[in-house]
Amino acid sequence: MDFRTCVNIQKEWDIVGARQFGRDFSKKLGFGIVDQARIATAISELARNIYLYAGSGKICFDEVENVGSRGICIVAIDTGPGIKDISQVMEDGFSTSGGLGAGLPGVKRLMDEFDITSKTGEGTEIRVVKWVR
Amino acid sequence: MAKNLKEILVDNSNGLVHMWLEEVAEKQKEVTNSAISQDLFENTNREFVNIIFGSVEKESLTSDLDSFTERVINLGWPLSYLTDGLQLFKRVAIEFLIEHEELDVPVPKVLRHVDELVNPIINQLVNEYSGSWENTVSLQRVALQELSAPLIPVMDNITVMPLIGTIDTERAKFIMENLLDGVIKHHAEVVLIDITGVPVVDTMVAHHIIQAAEAVRLIGSTCILVGIRPEIAQTIVNLGIDLSKFPTKSSLRKGFTTALEMTNQMIVQTNSEEQTIEELIDSLDRSKQS
Ligand SMILES: Nc1ncnc2c1ncn2[C@@H]1O[C@H](COP(=O)(O)OP(=O)(O)OP(=O)(O)O)[C@@H](O)[C@H]1O
Ligand SMILES: [Mg+2]
Repeated sequence: MDFRTCVNIQKEWDIVGARQFGRDFSKKLGFGIVDQARIATAISELARNIYLYAGSGKICFDEVENVGSRGICIVAIDTGPGIKDISQVMEDGFSTSGGLGAGLPGVKRLMDEFDITSKTGEGTEIRVVKWVR
Repeated sequence: MAKNLKEILVDNSNGLVHMWLEEVAEKQKEVTNSAISQDLFENTNREFVNIIFGSVEKESLTSDLDSFTERVINLGWPLSYLTDGLQLFKRVAIEFLIEHEELDVPVPKVLRHVDELVNPIINQLVNEYSGSWENTVSLQRVALQELSAPLIPVMDNITVMPLIGTIDTERAKFIMENLLDGVIKHHAEVVLIDITGVPVVDTMVAHHIIQAAEAVRLIGSTCILVGIRPEIAQTIVNLGIDLSKFPTKSSLRKGFTTALEMTNQMIVQTNSEEQTIEELIDSLDRSKQS
């Protein structure tokens, strides 16, 4: 496996840095234009959630392989307040910040795999994968 | 004490300047920047050390100091050039004083005294440097803001706002304000927001666009979202964002046609115009032949 690269999220403009990195990385892995846009958008959502709700955290990138196919794995990690009710935040339209509440359910649809683990008071980790088609 | 420390330093300024210049040159070798000429370095160093001595001698901060800092900033040199130079000056001065035979001042006192002489200069330089840096940043910010949400009144009732580049929270607010001001000022019935140049449309950007369109609707005009690239259309659908409350078009051209229909306007090409163009081309031909 490759060395994992992480982009720290502290300021709003770090979101742009993370998604730029993700876009370049996915281009290198052979993703097409539409999937590159999906991946960049997913990173934008995860990074903005970290910036808004946890204050700071990081987005890590990995290349993954599975019987003949390659993919990108993105992990968003923070040590913020955590999420109490995961099924609630995965509903379309649920937002505690007056947003559209489309971020997390949207990321799940943009990517092929989606795993979320969170503990209140400890933080949140969201792992997503997209395979090259 | 026959002479105070300051006087000793001033009396021996030639030697000290020499030592300092050597040390600085040594240090600058480590971070050689080929883009900066040796002459410029040496002249600036010389001027710098004279200004340090000037301030030490008068025990006050001279205006030379400010203008010198300003020039260093304009040259684009880092703050560390100034702070390193002053730290070196402290070291040179302390070593010199401790080894000076006429002097029997305890070392801690030497250290304190040199600090008292040099620290105000360091503070002044850092303040000056960071102040003008902040100034530059805020000017650039204003310049960026002017670029960030331009409104183009293309014709009666129709205005275009082309957005290029990343939209952050601050810019999103600015877009909203500019949009509403502009719609009122230009009496726009239709305003086209062109997002061809926006690299990522995430939920935050979409939310701001929806709010802007809603606000435009409340003041009695219509917003058309144009320049939706195919991959952006796909991600918007994946995110599950509903843009059906206002018209969307793939290109500015199509949006403009819609805007013309909405404002009961048409662009017609008149015959006479065609003729004049033909005549013009003909006359060019004739001039070539002759
Ligand atoms: N990293 C996180 N730490 C803590 N809470 C989070 C985190 N990410 C999301 N949440 C919570 O989950 C809710 C839903 O997130 P989601 O991204 O789906 O919508 P949103 O951020 O509110 O709006 P938007 O549509 O703009 O993304 C948030 O309002 C927030 O309360
Ligand atoms: Mg969100």
